[in-house]
Amino acid sequence: MNDDVLDVADVRAMNEVVQQPVVAKNKITDISEITETVGIPFADNAKMSMRNVDVFYGEKQAIFDVNLDIGVNEVIAMIGPSGCGKSTFLRCLNRMNDTIDICKVTGELNLEGQNIYDPKLDVVPLRARVGMVFQKPNPFPKSIYDNVAYGPRIHGLATRRADMDEIVETSLRRAGLWEEVKDRLHQPGTGLSGGQQQRLCIARTIAVSPEVILMDEPCSALDPIATARIEELIDELSENFTIAIVTHSMQQAARVSHRTAYFHLGKLVEVNETEKVFTNPDHDLTESYITGRFG
Amino acid sequence: MSFSTLFVIILVGIAVAYVLGRSRSLTIAGRLGGIKSLHSLPFYYGTQAALWCAIPCLILLALWAAFDDSIIRQIILQHLSPEQQNLSAQELSLLLNTVESIASGVSSIQASPEVMAIADRVISLRQLSQTILAVTIICALVLLAAWGWVKVKPEYRARNGVERVFMLFLLTCSTLAIFTTVGIVFSVLFESIRFFGMIPITEFLFGTHWSPQLAIRSDQVGSSGAFGAIPLFTGTMLISLIAMIIAVPTGLMTAIYLSEYANNKVRAIVKPLLEILAGIPTVVYGFFAALTVAPMIKNALHGLELPLISFAIGPLEVSGESALAAGLVMGVMIIPFVSSLSDDVINAVPQSLRDGSYGLGSTQSETVKKVILPAALPGIVGAILLAVSRAIGETMIVVMAVGTAARLTMNPLESVTTVTVQMTTLLIGDHEFDSAKTLAAFALGLVLFVITLGLNFFALRIVKKYREQYD
Amino acid sequence: MTDRTDDNKLNTIDLVNKNLAKRFRAEKRFQAYGIASICFGLFCLVFLFTDIISKGTRGFFYHYMPMEINLDADTLGITDTSDTDQILAANYTAVVKKAVYEEFQASGRKQKKDARKLIAIDATGYKIQGLMKTNAESLINTTITIDVLVDDKVDFYLKRIGNYGEPGKEYFNEQQLAWIEQLMDKESGGLEKKLNVAFFTSGDSAQSEEAGILSAFMGSLYLLLVTFCLSFPIGIAAAVYLEEYAPKNKWTDLIEININNLAAVPSIIFGLLGLAIFLSFFGFPRSTPLVGGLVLTLMTLPTIIISSRAAIKAVPPSIREAAYGIGASKMQVTIHHVIPLAMPGMLTGTIIGLAQALGESAPLLMIGMAAFIPDVPGGITDPATVLPMQIFQWFRNADAGFSEKASAAIMILIMFLIMMNALAVWARKRLERRW
Repeated sequence: MNDDVLDVADVRAMNEVVQQPVVAKNKITDISEITETVGIPFADNAKMSMRNVDVFYGEKQAIFDVNLDIGVNEVIAMIGPSGCGKSTFLRCLNRMNDTIDICKVTGELNLEGQNIYDPKLDVVPLRARVGMVFQKPNPFPKSIYDNVAYGPRIHGLATRRADMDEIVETSLRRAGLWEEVKDRLHQPGTGLSGGQQQRLCIARTIAVSPEVILMDEPCSALDPIATARIEELIDELSENFTIAIVTHSMQQAARVSHRTAYFHLGKLVEVNETEKVFTNPDHDLTESYITGRFG
Repeated sequence: MSFSTLFVIILVGIAVAYVLGRSRSLTIAGRLGGIKSLHSLPFYYGTQAALWCAIPCLILLALWAAFDDSIIRQIILQHLSPEQQNLSAQELSLLLNTVESIASGVSSIQASPEVMAIADRVISLRQLSQTILAVTIICALVLLAAWGWVKVKPEYRARNGVERVFMLFLLTCSTLAIFTTVGIVFSVLFESIRFFGMIPITEFLFGTHWSPQLAIRSDQVGSSGAFGAIPLFTGTMLISLIAMIIAVPTGLMTAIYLSEYANNKVRAIVKPLLEILAGIPTVVYGFFAALTVAPMIKNALHGLELPLISFAIGPLEVSGESALAAGLVMGVMIIPFVSSLSDDVINAVPQSLRDGSYGLGSTQSETVKKVILPAALPGIVGAILLAVSRAIGETMIVVMAVGTAARLTMNPLESVTTVTVQMTTLLIGDHEFDSAKTLAAFALGLVLFVITLGLNFFALRIVKKYREQYD
Repeated sequence: MTDRTDDNKLNTIDLVNKNLAKRFRAEKRFQAYGIASICFGLFCLVFLFTDIISKGTRGFFYHYMPMEINLDADTLGITDTSDTDQILAANYTAVVKKAVYEEFQASGRKQKKDARKLIAIDATGYKIQGLMKTNAESLINTTITIDVLVDDKVDFYLKRIGNYGEPGKEYFNEQQLAWIEQLMDKESGGLEKKLNVAFFTSGDSAQSEEAGILSAFMGSLYLLLVTFCLSFPIGIAAAVYLEEYAPKNKWTDLIEININNLAAVPSIIFGLLGLAIFLSFFGFPRSTPLVGGLVLTLMTLPTIIISSRAAIKAVPPSIREAAYGIGASKMQVTIHHVIPLAMPGMLTGTIIGLAQALGESAPLLMIGMAAFIPDVPGGITDPATVLPMQIFQWFRNADAGFSEKASAAIMILIMFLIMMNALAVWARKRLERRW
């Protein structure tokens, strides 16, 4: 697995490359002509595999026929212009879209070979396995401790107080927040700074020990320093968790992910090794996007 | 001339002033070369002139209408013969009523010559007052209209004047709320202070015996009555408590179900249906409580032998005017109140908190119980406080469904009485306005006002703070 | 990928699954509480309405029987049919009594007394008097057949025959019950249940068979008129001031706090205000729609102001800016643009406030509107009663017939409230513009 992370210099170099005149590879201007994803959408050791996924909001179709695998302990970034459906797709992966009445998902979405949209399957254990971190930090109006302990508590993961303390500490440590908050665990989580709140939300998610963590633009509400901290954290977490991250920042995708998926108007255009996407993408829509022609 | 005729005259005067002011401005404008040369439109000059006429004359008329009767009354009282002045308060008011009915020509009773003389005097004073008023108002109208006419000049800023008056009118209307509160405070405070002059405040607030019925006549034995309001407070609390036990869980669960579980269709049907309950007049609830629910409770529970309880006190005894019936019906009335307030509060909890909880794999009820309710708690407490204040001040249900006998009990099957019931029983019908009995109603009103005002004030503050938190 | 994590994962999902059944049971239970609460509310609504309707429909009907009455001049004591005083003062009850004795073939004091109790003698007397007033000459010494009202106790009993325990039966003795049976068995010319027209066309009365709601209905109309004329302009003016003019300062805050608090002050307190200020201090006449309207205006103002402010807030600032941009003054912007655009919302709020005023009773109790007013009021300064107060009065009356009159009046009151609320909903749906 590719653990190399592009640093800023690489990105700059990369940008220099793409600023040269673009040579059309497979020239497509009309989105309806995109029928197949280019690159390497499939993985050998797939944690989650999605086949022919369509998503509808009422009459309107938001996702068209997406096929994608997410490998074990892989970090996959999803990029694309606003409204391209990347967040919608991410929210399908732990059925967060269930809370929207008019949303309908078809196709096959498997977690370790089990269809997660099977009507017989419960979302509750699913979400315990596939956790989610949201765009805006959303700590509960409770203490820091209770925020982290919430998940283990509802799922009954710790029976004794000592076990719970251990889970809370481990999670906060893994989220890199322990040193900052260990003396004020019983103060409200809403009193933390934005970056700390987001790391608290990550700690809250990993306290349940999920297998997959979905991150929906986790840094969009944060300042650059807090962002750098979270990105570091994602890198550390990728040792133990499978992570799918939606991001608006191409640099971020380049820095944290192993593979990158490019979405365009509800279609998955290209999936490739991150380095390849940012240096030499296979599809000219991807190229147009990363050179900043739209987005 | 009667007030209504004068009113019409004033209206005509205002119209004339408007036409005069407007036409003069047009004439001036014509001389100077068009409306452009005026500061304001002709409409504003007319309105300005009309306002100058209207405001002083209408104020004068209103003041006169409000005070002339009492002034005439004072004059009459000062000119009474010595033996008439020595009459007791009751006899005096009877005398004045007779005079009034003769003077206004309602009855043609043959009264004694002295009374007839007073009546004649009243009639002549009234005529005098009417004449003075008519002359004053007509003079004022003419003078003010003339002044307004003179004031019309091209550089005169009529629009600004009119706008200022408009603004002052709006301001006055909005301060009515303050005057209402002040009016309430004064009307209950003064009478209460008089009451506490007769009955010590400690006896009123901490006494446990309430029987104001004794104080019908001042010369009666034991006339002071007993004004210990504790039984009323406990009665009010008992009924409010029963109402809250019904309304809070039901209303809260209804709000939760409608906002978190029900789909749009169910919500669109159930919500307005439940709100009908809030729109039904309280007199209907009272009727229902007294004639349907109370007998039902009595039939169902009277003589029932419950294990444990019956062992201590024997078979249940249920009063036909039980606190339970009134409390139950009041609770039903308050359900939509609690549910719509809680609904607002629950909807104010941001969706991101729900997402956060669902994202961790909690069930809906866990999200509600552990995230939404704690987050919405201040708002819900505020809503409950408002509901309590509503229950305490509710009148018709208790007036119709519970009795007037003050009992110091917490047994919901017995009959109790409440603050509002006593206020109505003390004030319905003709009483001397000065007796401790009527004044007691105002003292009860003061207590009720202070308590509900306090509850509302805190509840509204809590809810406001809560809303700001998520805005 | 360490071993530790794999263990942990296995552990987690097992633990989650272990507790799952319990958690789903809790979930089901919680949902059941919610559904039960809603069902309880709806059940109460249905129960209340069935109860009121089942009692109230009885109140709209009454039992009549056609009876032949001989208008014998001697019995009436009329010697000269052109003398109106004689016609008015004639002994009408005597002819009715005579007719009643004949109808039941009653003889002897005891039987006559029993017979008299079955028919509303006085009401029938008034009815004949009314007929005689217009054409005495053609009626005198003839026999007329008119529908007479049965006594209210008989009506009460007849309406409940077949019910469990036959309530009302205890009012009558053997002889009377036999007579009632005989009346019921009559093929033609017997008892008939008809719509009680008098209920809609007459005022209150001490006799339940004659009591109607017209006076209370007119009283309510006058009261609403006063309330509307005062609260609508004042409410709008206050709302406009607070939204468009008021500076952000302590004074404005004070006004706002006052309005919000007044909206939650118990209505009975407003009654005390009316009693102390309007009746005692200003000496306005008691029991009149004028005073009632003043009190209810103060009471409904907060409702109207709050909803009018919401309506004004909904007018987009762009419209104001457009008007200011072409040089309109503040007053012009307000009167030409803001108020017309906010009018539907304000009207809705006002209708809801008036509906509240229509059903309100506690403050009116304090200013003496719970009074026996048989005459239809002719203006806002005539003593009057209103529908809720009439219901209360009839409720307090111990006579058997009044309770169902009260139920019938409740049905009419609720009908009007539903109509007003429907009007408010219509106004909102139809007139309100969305931006």
